[in-house]
Amino acid sequence: MSSPHAAPRPGATPVRRAVPPGLLFALPFLVLFAVFMVWPLVQGLWMSLTDASLSAHDPSFVGFDNFTEAFQDAEMWRALGHTVLFTLISTVPLVLVALVMALLVHTGLPGQWVWRLAFFAPYLLPVGVVSLLWMWLYQPDLGLYNHLLDVVGLGQVAWLSDESVAMWAMALTTLWWTVGFNFLLYLAALQAVPDHLYEAAALDGAGAWRRLWSITLPQLSRITMVITVLQILASLKVFDQIYLLTKGGPNGSTRPVVEYVYDVGFTGYRLGYASAISYVFFALVLIASAAQYAALRRREK
Amino acid sequence: MTSTELHVNTAPAAQAAGPIRELNITRRARGGRTNLTLGENRVSRVLALGALAVLALVWVLPASWALLTAFKSEADASDPAHWFWPRHGFTLHGFSTVWERGDLPLWMLNSLLISAAVTVITVLVSAMAGYAFSRTRFPGRRPLFVLTVAAVLVPPQILIVPWFQQMLTLHLLDTYAAVILPQTVAPVMVFILKKHFDSLPGELEEAARIDGAGHWRIFWSVLLPLSRPMLAAVGIFVFIGAWNNFLWPFVSTSDPALMTLPVGITSVKDAYGIQYAQTMASAVLAALPLVVVFVFFQRHIVKSVATTGLGGQ
Repeated sequence: MSSPHAAPRPGATPVRRAVPPGLLFALPFLVLFAVFMVWPLVQGLWMSLTDASLSAHDPSFVGFDNFTEAFQDAEMWRALGHTVLFTLISTVPLVLVALVMALLVHTGLPGQWVWRLAFFAPYLLPVGVVSLLWMWLYQPDLGLYNHLLDVVGLGQVAWLSDESVAMWAMALTTLWWTVGFNFLLYLAALQAVPDHLYEAAALDGAGAWRRLWSITLPQLSRITMVITVLQILASLKVFDQIYLLTKGGPNGSTRPVVEYVYDVGFTGYRLGYASAISYVFFALVLIASAAQYAALRRREK
Repeated sequence: MTSTELHVNTAPAAQAAGPIRELNITRRARGGRTNLTLGENRVSRVLALGALAVLALVWVLPASWALLTAFKSEADASDPAHWFWPRHGFTLHGFSTVWERGDLPLWMLNSLLISAAVTVITVLVSAMAGYAFSRTRFPGRRPLFVLTVAAVLVPPQILIVPWFQQMLTLHLLDTYAAVILPQTVAPVMVFILKKHFDSLPGELEEAARIDGAGHWRIFWSVLLPLSRPMLAAVGIFVFIGAWNNFLWPFVSTSDPALMTLPVGITSVKDAYGIQYAQTMASAVLAALPLVVVFVFFQRHIVKSVATTGLGGQ
């Protein structure tokens, strides 16, 4: 027994000593973890090696056939490409706009409560609401954005049905919806910048811009790395808003890889193949994580 | 990306993004440190205020316009000539129609039940595990903790297919249990709470132990009361995540009586058809609960995001 309380004490029953109390505390989590995390991971891997299907027949082992098929599947590569593209065009504004919002709010201008509510409230909306809202905003004849474009004399845009625009529309919706999260993280980091740095700079006669460039931004570089990492990992998992707004269309031009998994598995009934694609996607997430880990490590040195 | 998803990162090198203090709303509003970052320059203050106002307007406009739509008659809502201010004034017709359909209150109730259950189970189970990993010794503790931390990397999206298969086998599809249980596994919360317990001083615990308190007494009566702010932060974060979760509830329920708000509200989109005012009224009603909660508990929610959002780094 490695428990520090394992030494026989008078009155302690042998049964109680048999199970270390720490293990009992961890047990509820460990059971849930085993049943809904470890087992599904193993089962998913097993399913990816079978032709498991939602239709009635018993699955049979097919080796790496699903993976071979996936690597030759142009639709899968296209979907992976969309996921990567979305990650690029959403992450950059989601970090930069959040930074600008936080810097402006942090200046201490009046109306703090209003700014926070304006920028963060969209994050609290369920994706169902976000998609209904933006479907209405993007509506070609009646939607807000085409009316506004009209007012300034620009032509109408087919936000959700033009292949060259739809993915940008997805990024725009996502920016509006979730930037508040990064904004709050930046705001918290800004308040943690030590006052004495600014006091010293003020004594040296540094102006507002100088203080921004020489103190604030360098102090924020670490949190910027962290926010970027979190954002990339979150963006790679995109599904909900795209599925609800375009169903991956037009012509599959916005379909991310998670939606491809859903389509293959639950619309096409091919659970085995869907599992294989899940694992390809998992590999992408792990590669992204490893790359970011390496980048952070290099930065630490 | 999904907002419902935990923003998570395990790279150990990314630790300690600096101490996250509680965001203090009143202090800054009174202008405590303002001149440290902006200076006394009147011009730059006006410019910053202008930029902030424009940005806020851009952010508020979409929802405001939708809110306006919700109070229009259907005829006004689809009148391109009067796209902003309605010609025939405002009406509550959209709201009453949507409410009387009856499914929206039901979905709200489902969302509340499911999110509350997920939150209570997750917080309790994760706190117990965090305590076990932080304050006790048992065989396999290290490897189990390493496994838990590694699991933070697993995107829940890849578990959808096996979860579905699991629920199919157990005949649990279209039950509350199927929606709730997979959402209660939150390795990142265990990690956060373990680090939190690590940071608590050991003296109180020692005193309690000398008084003869067992592990459960120490956990329940000494450490948990000390951890209320942290538990609240974790709980709020878990609740928002569960309230907004879409993919799993969407896959695991097909019975409209069991749907959560985010799933149900989109399932009737086609039923409303071209009725924009009604659609927006339903969106407004669905958005209301959490936004109202935010208005009242802003400080707590902001703090929860700031501390929990970084995944305990």
